[in-house]
Amino acid sequence: MRVPPQIHWLADRRRLHLSDGPIDLIVQAFGGGEQVRAAYRAASNRFMTLLDELCHELTPLRLPMRKGNQVFVGVVARRMARAVEPFSSRGFITPMAAVAGAVAEEILEAMVAAGPLARAYVNNGGDIAFHLSPAEHFVVGMIERPDRPSLFGTATLRAAQPVRGIATSGWHGRSFSLGIADAVTVLAGCASAADAAATVIANAVDLPGHASILRQPACELAPDSDLGAIPVTRAVGELSAAEVGFALASGAKLAEELRATGLIEAAALCLRGQIRIVSFRADNISDFRSLVHA
Amino acid sequence: MPDSDAIRCDACPVLCYIKPGRTGACDRYANHDGKLVRLDPHLLLDQAVARGESVVPFLERDREWGGNLVQPSGTFVTAIGAGTTYPDYKPAPFIISAEIEGVDMVTVVTEGIFSYCGVKVKIDTDRHLGPETSTVRAQGEAVGHVTTSEYGSQMLSLGGVRHLTGGSRREGRVTCDTLLDLCNGKPAELRIEGGAKVIVQAGKAPLVDDVREERMRVGCGSAAIGMFAKQWFGQVDEVVVVDDHITGVLSEHQAGKLLGVPETGIRLKGRRSTPGRYFQVAEPGTAWGGTNLDDPRAILRPFNPKMAWPGLRLLMVSTTGEHSIYFELDGNLELVEKDLPPPLQLSVARLKENCEPALSTVLFMGGAGGSLRAGVTENPVCLTYSVRDALTRVTCGGAPAYIWPGGGITFMVDVSRMPANAFGYVPTPAIVAPIEFTLTLADYAALGGHMDHVRPLAAIAAANDHIHNLANPENPWPLEPAKPKRQPR
Repeated sequence: MRVPPQIHWLADRRRLHLSDGPIDLIVQAFGGGEQVRAAYRAASNRFMTLLDELCHELTPLRLPMRKGNQVFVGVVARRMARAVEPFSSRGFITPMAAVAGAVAEEILEAMVAAGPLARAYVNNGGDIAFHLSPAEHFVVGMIERPDRPSLFGTATLRAAQPVRGIATSGWHGRSFSLGIADAVTVLAGCASAADAAATVIANAVDLPGHASILRQPACELAPDSDLGAIPVTRAVGELSAAEVGFALASGAKLAEELRATGLIEAAALCLRGQIRIVSFRADNISDFRSLVHA
Repeated sequence: MPDSDAIRCDACPVLCYIKPGRTGACDRYANHDGKLVRLDPHLLLDQAVARGESVVPFLERDREWGGNLVQPSGTFVTAIGAGTTYPDYKPAPFIISAEIEGVDMVTVVTEGIFSYCGVKVKIDTDRHLGPETSTVRAQGEAVGHVTTSEYGSQMLSLGGVRHLTGGSRREGRVTCDTLLDLCNGKPAELRIEGGAKVIVQAGKAPLVDDVREERMRVGCGSAAIGMFAKQWFGQVDEVVVVDDHITGVLSEHQAGKLLGVPETGIRLKGRRSTPGRYFQVAEPGTAWGGTNLDDPRAILRPFNPKMAWPGLRLLMVSTTGEHSIYFELDGNLELVEKDLPPPLQLSVARLKENCEPALSTVLFMGGAGGSLRAGVTENPVCLTYSVRDALTRVTCGGAPAYIWPGGGITFMVDVSRMPANAFGYVPTPAIVAPIEFTLTLADYAALGGHMDHVRPLAAIAAANDHIHNLANPENPWPLEPAKPKRQPR
C-alpha cells in the first residue's frame, strides 16, 4: 500500500517535514514572508513526485558507475551520477552513494528558483544542501556517531566560502559502509558531491583484514542492496590507539587527495574518539577547527 | 528475489526486501517475525488487548493506521524519543492529560540526562569472577567494580559519575558505551582484574571465559544437604555437596543428624564452620561448585579408619548437579569410582532440575533529583516530596521504577521491562533515559506544575510521529490511580 508523500509542519511551525519512503527532509527558508511561503510551496510541489521518479530508474541506479556509459532520465538521478562519476575510477561505487545529497539539492534548487531567499537549507538525514545570499551564514552542528546523534561541535559556514553541501557517512548510519569510521563529515560545493565523497572517505577509514572487524555481505542484510555481496561493516571490536590512527590516516590521505583536486573543501574523520581534520584552505581554517575543539 | 525469509515492503515505491529483524531503507518499516511493522521515534504504549505481542502491526491490510485506533485512556505516552529540555529551564517536552476512570491524570514525559547513573549487573553463577572490589574493564578501560556477591549470583556495579566524567575522556566514553549497550539489551564484554572475562546481556545467560553458564546452583552446599537429605537417606551412606562457599557433608549436617545418618569417618580439608559445613575447601575457580577443582577427591583427607567401613557409599555432587561422582570404599578404605546407582541418578537430576536458568540481569540506577525536576514543576522539591509520598508514580518507558528511600529521586529499573532501545547518550558523556511522572491533575496543580503546558492525550496520539507499542503485560499499567502514602502536603 503506497503511503503518499507526507508534508507537515514541525511543532515550531517554521520548519517543514517532507517524508516519503526512505526520504526524510527537514526544510527551512529565511527571508520575506511571501518568498518563504513560495519556497515552501515549491519544495512541496517538487517533492510530490520525486521518489516515484527516482524509483523509476532504481535498478540502473544500483549498478556500478562506469565513466560515460550511463544515461539517466531523471534530474535527481543525473545529479547522483554526476556526483559519483569522479570516484568511478577509484573502485566500486554506484549512484546510490549520492542519493541523499542529490535529493536535498534538488529540493533546495526548487525553493531558490521560486524567489529570492536570504538563506535556506534542506536537511536529508544529515546530508544538507543550503543556500546563502551574500553576507549570510549558517551554523551547522556536527555529530561523532550517526547512530547516536548528538552534537560535539558546530561550524559556521559563510556565504563567501565555496561550501553549499555537507554530508556525513559512517558504518553506524542508515546506509552500509565498507569502512569502520564512526563518522566522516565532508564539506563540499554541493550536497551530492559531499554525500559521495563522505561515502568513499568513510569506506577508506579501514583496517583491511583486522580480526576485530565483523563484516557481512550486504545482500545478506538487505537483499536488494546496491552493494551486492560486498562485505559491509557490522561490528568493530577493540582497536588500539595506533590502529585507530592508522585507519584514520588512510581515510585522511584520500580526503587530502580529494581536497587537492577540488572535489571537497574539508573533511572531519571520527573513529573511537579520535578526530582527523582535512582542512579548508587557509582562509577558512579557523571556522573548521573551532567546531572540532568545541 | 532469492531470499525466502525476506518480506517485501510496499509502503513506498522503493519496495525494499526486508530480512527478519531488519529495517527497510527508511528505517521506519521493519520485518518483525515475518510481519511488516512500523517503527517510529516516539513511543506510546498501548494497554495490551492481546498479550505477548510487542509491536502493533502497522498495516493490517483492512485498515489504515491512525492514532484513533487506540482508545486514548489505554494509551500511555512514554518518554522514549520525547526529547528533553535540559537544563530544564523550560517545561518538559510533553505534559499530557488524560481522564482515567473519571480522574484527570497528568503524565510529564521527558528524556533525562543522567551523569549520576550506572547499572547493577547480577550474574547468576557461582563461578569465581574475580575478587570483591576488583576493577571491571571494558575495552581496557575501568568501567566499574565487583561488588558484594549475592545468593547464587555475582554482582557488578558499573558506571557512575567517577568513571563517566572523573577519568580520561576515553574512560568516560567507553563507560558510556558499555552502559548504553547493557541498558539497550546488547551484550557487553567485561574483563575483571584478577578474574574472568564475562560477556553479559540483560535477560541472557552469562558467558564466563567463553563458557555459557547454564544453571544457577540449587543453594549453597549446606542448603543442598538440607533440601535433599531425605531423598539421599538410605540410598547412600555419605554425601558431600561441593561448594566454594559452604561445602556440605550429610552425616555431620543437622539434617543428617535428625534423620539418624551414622557417622562415616569422612574428613575434609578446609575450615569447619558449624557441623557439616566447611569453608575454603579449595581455591575459587570455574570448575566443581565454583572451586578450581576438576577432581573433587582433592578436598577429602583419608577416612577415619575407626568409623569408616569397606563398602561405604559416597556421593559427591556440585551445587548445580552439573558434576557428580560416586565411590565405594574398598578393603583399604580407598575410594573406588563406580557408576551412579539409578536412585542417585534420579536425585542428582532432581537437584539439577531445581537449579534455575542462569541469567544476567541489568538494573539501571539513576538520580532524577536534579534540574530535571524543574521541567516538571516550578518548585523542584515538591516533585521529590510527591514521589516520596507515592502521589506521583515514576516509570521509565512505562516500566515501574523502584524509588530508593531517603533524599532525592534515586530510582532503579529493570531494563528488560522497558521497550527496546529506550536509552541514548550525550557526549558529555551521560546516559539519556526515559522517565515519566504520572499524577492526578489536581496534585500536579498543587505541586506547582506547568499547567499552561498540559496538553490532552488525544492531541498527542493523533499526531503521526510516534509508534504505538503494546505494553509489556508484566508491568503494572502506569496510569492506574496511585495509592498515596499521605495526602498532598
